[in-house]
Amino acid sequence: MIVAQAKPIEDIVTMIDRYDKIILAGCKACVAVCAAGGEKEVGILASAITLARKRDGRAIEIREVTLERQCDPEYVEQIRGFAGDYQAVLSIACGVGVQYMAEHYKTIPALPGLNTSFMGGSLEQGVWSERCQGCGQCILHLTGGICPVTRCSKSLFNGPCGGSSKGKCEVSPEMECGWQLIIDRLKALGEFENRFTELFPIKDWSTSRDGGQRKITREDMKA
Amino acid sequence: MKTGSRLEKVLEKGAFAVTSECGPPRGADPDVIREKGKLLEGVVDAVNITDCQTSVVRMSSLSACLILKEMGFDPILQMVTRDRNRIAIQSDVLGAAALGINNILCLSGDHQRFGDHPQAKNVYDIDSIQLIMTVKKMRDEKKFLNDQEMTKAPVLFIGAAENPFADPLEIRALRLAKKAAAGVEFIQTQCIFNLDRFAEWMREVVDMGLHEKVAILAGVTPLKSVGMGKYMKSQVPGMDVPDAVIERLKGVPKEKQGAEGIKICIETIQRLREMKGVRGVHIMAIEWEEKVSEIAKGADLLPRPKV
Ligand code: SF4
Repeated sequence: MIVAQAKPIEDIVTMIDRYDKIILAGCKACVAVCAAGGEKEVGILASAITLARKRDGRAIEIREVTLERQCDPEYVEQIRGFAGDYQAVLSIACGVGVQYMAEHYKTIPALPGLNTSFMGGSLEQGVWSERCQGCGQCILHLTGGICPVTRCSKSLFNGPCGGSSKGKCEVSPEMECGWQLIIDRLKALGEFENRFTELFPIKDWSTSRDGGQRKITREDMKA
Repeated sequence: MKTGSRLEKVLEKGAFAVTSECGPPRGADPDVIREKGKLLEGVVDAVNITDCQTSVVRMSSLSACLILKEMGFDPILQMVTRDRNRIAIQSDVLGAAALGINNILCLSGDHQRFGDHPQAKNVYDIDSIQLIMTVKKMRDEKKFLNDQEMTKAPVLFIGAAENPFADPLEIRALRLAKKAAAGVEFIQTQCIFNLDRFAEWMREVVDMGLHEKVAILAGVTPLKSVGMGKYMKSQVPGMDVPDAVIERLKGVPKEKQGAEGIKICIETIQRLREMKGVRGVHIMAIEWEEKVSEIAKGADLLPRPKV
């Protein structure tokens, strides 16, 4: 899923300072799962904003909505009926959702309430970790199912570097060395000998964000 | 392969090579390099110029190389893949060769998290082994990474670093094998304080026959004090400083610890020299360049051979 976290409330309050009628829009997809932008978080954030503004002696009207998904035109259109009555949409979906709001409601400012962070999963209650950078050319079958692009701090393909220490990355003792994980896994699979000794060719990053904004068109699905 | 490299010639002659390094200043003053250079005159066969080591912004390695070249040195251009993509890398390789630089050391570089600009973008378009492949392709095939021909190939002696002390230990010789397969011709190792571990790695390297494909220069660093030893042990990732070394420094009064560090360094070189497969030493006297000649003299490495 896409993992995001709330912006500090002070930042949000500053961002919406000049509005007194806003829509606060959550999303029931990824950001709800990672407890950053679902229905519950919409409620909590609305109260926090109201409180902050009250302290300031300025009331604010907040219309709370939580859409099925903010990355889908069909759902984003669900606020069309009342959007024009408000001065801004504060979206606590991921960056995709904020941009969909902006694209659909041309004259209403779309503001981000979250910092969208990464594609990952949950490790335990309250902990999420990155797994994929969306480079557009998956090589997980060659690296024991562990991604060197994401999990090595230097995205090395022929790691580990000289900074790997007791399974940890040189960047931080809290960070696992991606290459130690790859090596351990290749060994467990009995693939170490043939995979590790091979030189990994230079990657074509043009399928990654480096090639510009990406788009997938499926002719077979087009209406 | 014959390059213009003095280091390559010394190695080919079968002499025990000596290299050292010089960290460029955090400013535009060329005299800092010249002064450091003066301390190494007649003491080394080649000198590395670090490339924004520990991710701290410094004068570019290539510029400092040129300053030393003008003084008569054979500089080794260190190049990290942290800050440059393949376009900049290939361009700098051509530029270095055009300016008469004969050696390159291919590194991935310290992560910028350590440095003075942790906010920087992390490039890593290619890794250090792929940098070796890149330089070799440019030199031997006269081609860019996109397979297009170039007008004149950059003729560089290709080096890399290896850390026999980093984890996982059991893949460290294999990783050297990968570098050899990629085309590396000389290796400078991480600073050696743990001679037993180094000997073990070297044995593996010799068993694999890698010492015949790659000239291995063993890295040494004199410790200035107990504090420096402790710092390197605990704060520098991938550094192995055994307690015995720190204890030995502790055994002498504070003002004599530097001298003891130099003594340890000289003894280390003497032991390294006897190890099969070790073809030279790389003396890294960190901000202590004035001691390199004393170490080289003490280890009986002077005068340097004429080539
Ligand atoms: S320590 Fe491991 S994860 Fe960190 S940069 Fe080096 S190889 Fe990559």
